[in-house]
Amino acid sequence: MFENLSLLSLQQYWWFLIAVLGALLVFLLFVQGGQTLIYKLGKTEMERTMLVNSLGRKWEITFTTLVTFGGAFFASFPLFYSTSFGGAYWVWMAILFAFILQAVSYEYRTKANNFLGTKTYEGFLFFNGAVGSILLGTAVATFFTGSQFSVDKMNLVDLTSGKMPIISAWENPWHGLEAVWTTENFAFLQNLSLGLAVFFLARVLALLYFMNNIEHKAIYERAKKCLKRNSIIFLILFLFFVIRLMFIDGFAYHADSQEVYMQAHKYFNNLIEMPLVLIIFLLGVVGVLYGIFINLFKDSKKGIWFSGAGTILTVLALFFLAGYNNTSYYPSTFDLQSSLTIENSSSSQYTLTVMSYVSLMIPFVAAYIWWAWKSMDKESITETEMQEDDHAY
Amino acid sequence: MQQIDFSLVDWSRAQFALTAMYHWIFVPLTLGLSFILAIMESIYVKTGNPEWKKITKFWMNLFGINFAIGVATGIILEFEFGTNWSNYSWFVGDIFGAPLAIEGIMAFFMESTFIAIMFFGWNKVSKKAHLTATWLTAIGSNLSGLWILVANAWMQNPVGMEFNPDTARNEMHNFLDVLFNPVAMNKFLHTITSGYLLAAIFVVGISAWFLLKKREEQFAMKSIIVASVFGILAAVYTIFSGDESARVVAKHQPMKFASMEALYDGQQNAPLVAIGFFGSPSAERPNEQEFAFKFEIPNMLSYLAFLDANAFVPGIRDLVHGNEERGIISYKEKIAKGKKAIDALAAYKIAKKAKNEQEAKDALKIFKENFEYFGYGYYFNKDPHMLLPNVKISFYAFHTMVILGGFFLVLLMYIYFLARNNKLQDKRWLLWIALWTIPLVYLAQQAGWVVAEVGRQPWVIQDLMPNIAAVSQIDTYSVQITFFLFLLVFTALLIAEIKIMLTTVRKGPEITENSTKK
Repeated sequence: MFENLSLLSLQQYWWFLIAVLGALLVFLLFVQGGQTLIYKLGKTEMERTMLVNSLGRKWEITFTTLVTFGGAFFASFPLFYSTSFGGAYWVWMAILFAFILQAVSYEYRTKANNFLGTKTYEGFLFFNGAVGSILLGTAVATFFTGSQFSVDKMNLVDLTSGKMPIISAWENPWHGLEAVWTTENFAFLQNLSLGLAVFFLARVLALLYFMNNIEHKAIYERAKKCLKRNSIIFLILFLFFVIRLMFIDGFAYHADSQEVYMQAHKYFNNLIEMPLVLIIFLLGVVGVLYGIFINLFKDSKKGIWFSGAGTILTVLALFFLAGYNNTSYYPSTFDLQSSLTIENSSSSQYTLTVMSYVSLMIPFVAAYIWWAWKSMDKESITETEMQEDDHAY
Repeated sequence: MQQIDFSLVDWSRAQFALTAMYHWIFVPLTLGLSFILAIMESIYVKTGNPEWKKITKFWMNLFGINFAIGVATGIILEFEFGTNWSNYSWFVGDIFGAPLAIEGIMAFFMESTFIAIMFFGWNKVSKKAHLTATWLTAIGSNLSGLWILVANAWMQNPVGMEFNPDTARNEMHNFLDVLFNPVAMNKFLHTITSGYLLAAIFVVGISAWFLLKKREEQFAMKSIIVASVFGILAAVYTIFSGDESARVVAKHQPMKFASMEALYDGQQNAPLVAIGFFGSPSAERPNEQEFAFKFEIPNMLSYLAFLDANAFVPGIRDLVHGNEERGIISYKEKIAKGKKAIDALAAYKIAKKAKNEQEAKDALKIFKENFEYFGYGYYFNKDPHMLLPNVKISFYAFHTMVILGGFFLVLLMYIYFLARNNKLQDKRWLLWIALWTIPLVYLAQQAGWVVAEVGRQPWVIQDLMPNIAAVSQIDTYSVQITFFLFLLVFTALLIAEIKIMLTTVRKGPEITENSTKK
């Protein structure tokens, strides 16, 4: 069935899948958000243990989603993998360090003779929670603001100019870190606002998740208190990012010549020209707000479901804005024509077709994750369980 | 490209090697121990004997400590293809990315979902559902091994693809050829069974320690029986698949094969150097290794490589300088052909841009004729000896692996025999050997990957892309900084892992079972 699709349709399908993985990843960053709240919400050792264990049963799925997001990007848009990872070296390296430290911290935190001490592992969890989510958000913001790189495939056959035969070059010695201080078009504001918005969203989602997953009155009350403040900060940052996004010039390209050019209000136009994306976006935002609302004002525990689904829809819409409707999803401000689009950076038709068949497994994967979580979360985390479980973190 | 930043290439290689070697400290235990756990838990579910549950939980605890750090190092490897080998990521991303993505979708999710049930689900799901989760964790981790090894094998023997001059990259043409690449199948079986072998020796060694301490003897004996049977089967298969591997290497990577045996002059009835030590190189040939001592088995190398004692095995000199009689062309000629291919591709691009179809067609013809040596072109005007792998390291690593592999089989068979006859507890010397074999099996694992990866240098993609054309353009000092940061973090985590592991072992299974919260 995928054989009958055109190359462009396959590219669009794969951008859709990347968007889905990206959206799921942002939702699952509630694990990261939660890691920054352990001391805020847990005042006793037992409370902290409950919080860590509540997250500890989910962290691997977030981690795996990040790995799969990377793998899927590699398989479908290898030029992005090559250009962004090899170029924005320091950003990706910082993200990687944050994630190595996370992986061991749950398992080692309370183990006897753990070399670095419980506090250090908790510090690692905090570091991963903050740095991981802020940097991932900032990196995605550059999908709209651009980075300084050039791509020239002819470099591969250049044996005479005295350069290394490298296709993608980052034209800035900071290798990605400049995203937080690039003043051109106030890009740093856009990048940082999304980075911080993702961080605060992760905390909001974590608070909603804890309120649902842990059976403990004091934690619930503290989470509720915290939720108000974090939601307000998130909303300010997010609205700033979105409103500004509607007004900035965007990176468009001509469908026939593939030439990239600047278009005024490109992302606003995208929303108008793709009404379905507009609907998804609005539904998403309403979902996030409704989830927060019912937990704050209706004493509900179900907010995580609405805000979680809302997050997924909102992020999906942002990815669609970045990559569809003849938009360059990874623009270069150094050389406009080096910008990456879903058309010029993708894998071949054959590979995309094969991978599309592989993607049919995704619903099965989602189904067994759902089943596993359901059986594990049948009962909320309680103090008694923490005392009885011999694999408690 | 007259100036290649070799320090950048070397540091990038060092960083990748560091990550891969650390990763491989943890992964083989995960691969093997997951199945040992599944077998033990199956016995528990079948017999209902709580002793088996206790045994399973003890080893599961060690599994958990080891697993986390394997995951941590794994994500780095995946991203390093992009961060440090960006050219590579484009040049072969169309083929190489697919198995990595499939690994994520098919294997990692399975592993990470069911591992949560395995650890935390004892009282939350039924006995059978729990057992299923344990088996699925094992299958998931082994499946991830399959896909990454398919990817690695493709680098050693690129098949199922064609170069597209318009996109300047290799593109996949046949997925099944990539998956069923003979190198891939062999590499997968050899690698995972060697992981089973490591896990078996890990379990046997730690159980031997309990016997030496006269603690938990019943637990230790049961563990030894399961692990030694599992280990013997794994060792036999590792040896068989290793033997097959040698033939695959001889066929597809003759230079790697010659280096593994330090064979400089090709010959018929080539003998196998079973044991050898290098002395200092002679004055006439300062770049070549010379044996100070060697013990050879006649005809064996020819037989090993081609199943024919009379077969000709090409040596390093034949491969570098060519051997007309045997139809081997020299590196110099290959470099010239590679250069032709690169130039033709450049000419093709220019002609295409100028819309000169005839010129483009002619250039493409030349390109296609010479493409199989494309990577050699990057060594134009350079010494062909730069294309040699490190013979000393390849030789020692190969022999360490093979000798230790044989030793493990004998050891496990003897231990099983004694354990069956209830005589193992009396052989304290053997129990000590079993315990101290644990570091040796880790050494053998590392040696195996050193053979595979050092032996194929400088090829990132065999004959098509050397490491000098694969790196990312980053300042060397950036890579140096991240190298040392990784070294620091990995080492700290390794120390933590070993300390936690030893403490958990010392506490023993009773305590693990009864401990409520650590």
